[in-house]
Amino acid sequence: MNRYLPLAITALAILALATLFLVIAPGMQISAQGPSQGLKPYTEAEARGRAVYVSMGCLYCHSQQPRSLAQAPDAERGWGRASVAGDYAYDDPHQLGTMRTGPDLMDIGDRLPSQAWQLTHLYQPRAIASWSIMPAYPYLFEHKDKAGPDDVVVKLPAQYAPKSGVIVAKQDALDLVTYLQGMKRQYAPPKDGLRDNGYALIAEKQRDATDATTASN
Amino acid sequence: MTETLGLLLALSFVISLLALTILIWAIANKQVHTPDADDARTIFEPGEGADIDYPDKPHHFDTARSGIDANSSSVVMWLIAAAVFWLIYGSLHGLAASLELHLPDLMSGTAQMTFGRMRTVHLNSVAYGWASQGGLAAVCWIIPRIFRTNLRMTGLLKLGIVLWNIGLAAGVLAIANGWTDGLEWLEIPWQIDIILAAGAACFVAPLIATAKNRNVHHIYVSGWYFLAGVLWFPVLFIVANIPGVHHGVEQATMNWWYAHNVLGLWLTPLGVGTAYYFIPKIIGKPVYSYALSLVGFWALALFYSQVGIHHLIGGPVPTWLVTLSVVHSVMMFVPVIAVAINQHVTVASNLWALKESMPLRFISFGAVMYTLASFQGSIEALRSVNTITHFTHYTVAHAHLGAYAFVSLVLMGAIYQIVPRATGKYWPFPRMIAWHFWLNVIGFAVYFFSLTIGGILQGLAQLDATKPFADSVILLKPYLEGRSLGGGLMTLGHVLLAINLIAIGFAKKTRETETENMVAAE
Repeated sequence: MNRYLPLAITALAILALATLFLVIAPGMQISAQGPSQGLKPYTEAEARGRAVYVSMGCLYCHSQQPRSLAQAPDAERGWGRASVAGDYAYDDPHQLGTMRTGPDLMDIGDRLPSQAWQLTHLYQPRAIASWSIMPAYPYLFEHKDKAGPDDVVVKLPAQYAPKSGVIVAKQDALDLVTYLQGMKRQYAPPKDGLRDNGYALIAEKQRDATDATTASN
Repeated sequence: MTETLGLLLALSFVISLLALTILIWAIANKQVHTPDADDARTIFEPGEGADIDYPDKPHHFDTARSGIDANSSSVVMWLIAAAVFWLIYGSLHGLAASLELHLPDLMSGTAQMTFGRMRTVHLNSVAYGWASQGGLAAVCWIIPRIFRTNLRMTGLLKLGIVLWNIGLAAGVLAIANGWTDGLEWLEIPWQIDIILAAGAACFVAPLIATAKNRNVHHIYVSGWYFLAGVLWFPVLFIVANIPGVHHGVEQATMNWWYAHNVLGLWLTPLGVGTAYYFIPKIIGKPVYSYALSLVGFWALALFYSQVGIHHLIGGPVPTWLVTLSVVHSVMMFVPVIAVAINQHVTVASNLWALKESMPLRFISFGAVMYTLASFQGSIEALRSVNTITHFTHYTVAHAHLGAYAFVSLVLMGAIYQIVPRATGKYWPFPRMIAWHFWLNVIGFAVYFFSLTIGGILQGLAQLDATKPFADSVILLKPYLEGRSLGGGLMTLGHVLLAINLIAIGFAKKTRETETENMVAAE
């Protein structure tokens, strides 16, 4: 290649093509679907809690996208049905995640609805599970001599409790728990929801092939 | 609708395949000028290139006398100093994040030091601070050489460096304090991204101006990668950071379109272009089969640009889109094999040079890792493999094989090669270079195999519904400890580079007096 302009134009055209296929076309398809029926926008407290989730970087260990049973036993673990594009209509930034150092959280509100459990777990995960490697978030809490009338006191085993006084949740911790409690999709899964059905299609093909072999025998 | 989109999938693949076929046909029928052996010698002067490239060897093309480095070496040295600073800063954050995963209560006192933030500061520091600026240093060094003209608009370049580093420093401070855009690879708040975008834009015009004023007809292969890369990256960065356009799952596809293209259309061109220049230049022989490099370049552009959605396999995105990215991921074998034949055959037929030149050792090790990382990536994108590895530390190992063992080692080699020539000084501690190499190679091997094995076991445990989730965490711990050990050795290697770099800053110019001391050799 000896000329710069054709090189530059072709290079940018290829990037435009990739943008068309990876961003624009799927974007149109996804927005045509709209939110799943029954999905509610976040309440103010949930939105604040979600901001804490984002700011602490929970994303880097927790996904929010249960896979289909054709691919993995996520549903059997109680992580909920396979998610579809419409389930995320109100998410900005999206927090789908790419890592499961910890479990998927898409339906954590269904699985662990207790505020007390969540607060203890955020203050010190090892107070609940000795094997856990999740960070503790003590700065979302306050050490007080005595709890005030509106304070939510964190229940702690003696090993992790302060020598005197109590640990109470700050607003950030309460909001984060509200967000987690709200993470449950109790509406009926939408028909024709958009998701990667590649595994189901492969399983179907394999079933057909097996059926065909059985039939021919 | 579904049928239409199924057709789109097929269309994208057919376009890419057709473009590649036309390119091969055009080469075979001499419709385009096929780069040949003469073009491959662009990087040499007549009569040059029978001997290894030592810093004190008289060049036929005397860079000092032609004035080619008079204005560019300060730009290059600014970039290298900034890059190595971010390498150390990023490595320390990476090491801390790694320790936190098996010692969770070690640093839990402050929000700034929580894993989710340390890890993110690490990624942004090494991707945008280290690899991007290290790569740009190589670009600013190599471009004037392959074009035989001095770098244009160096003032604008320096402004770009200043803006980029101010933006980046503000960005990592924001992330550490909890202000983030919350998308992987796009965490730096968009308000701060404006500074970074302005900095990136400052690099485009000078490099194009230098290309336009070149004194050679042929653009050497490194030039294609560099000139395309410096256009691709600002476009990607600006488009991806415009606020308020994307949300929900559509934002996720944009996220991975961007994030994978930062690797494919930015860091990879920097690494491959650098290796394409230095491997033949140091050995003193042109690359093995120069015509192949054209196929390698365009196939990379066509296929790599569409692989990003393999990060969402099995997720809530359209099936056709995932399949599209899986198919293109597998097609990456084409450009990778083309580059591998060119670079590895050149090194393999001149193995003696690896003993002579430490920079070459870094660069050719990195080039081999490019081949391996890409092969691994293609296989990892297959649905059957991805089910096991997707949400595990296997992916982290793979990311480091590409961004570290490939890109970073190539760039470290480039730094060892460039600095003595840009400063007219010798490395004060040449033996430290060998120590650095082995610390990085051994450290990386420990890192990679720990997370690869740990990741597979983690994935298999999570696929077994009879095992509680806890099992996948407990079994992983020794492998996370292994990662910290490997990461510690790697960081130590980087410290040796920094020591040598600081020391060379205080060293006297010795080029004229000490001609026997061959720095590049052990």
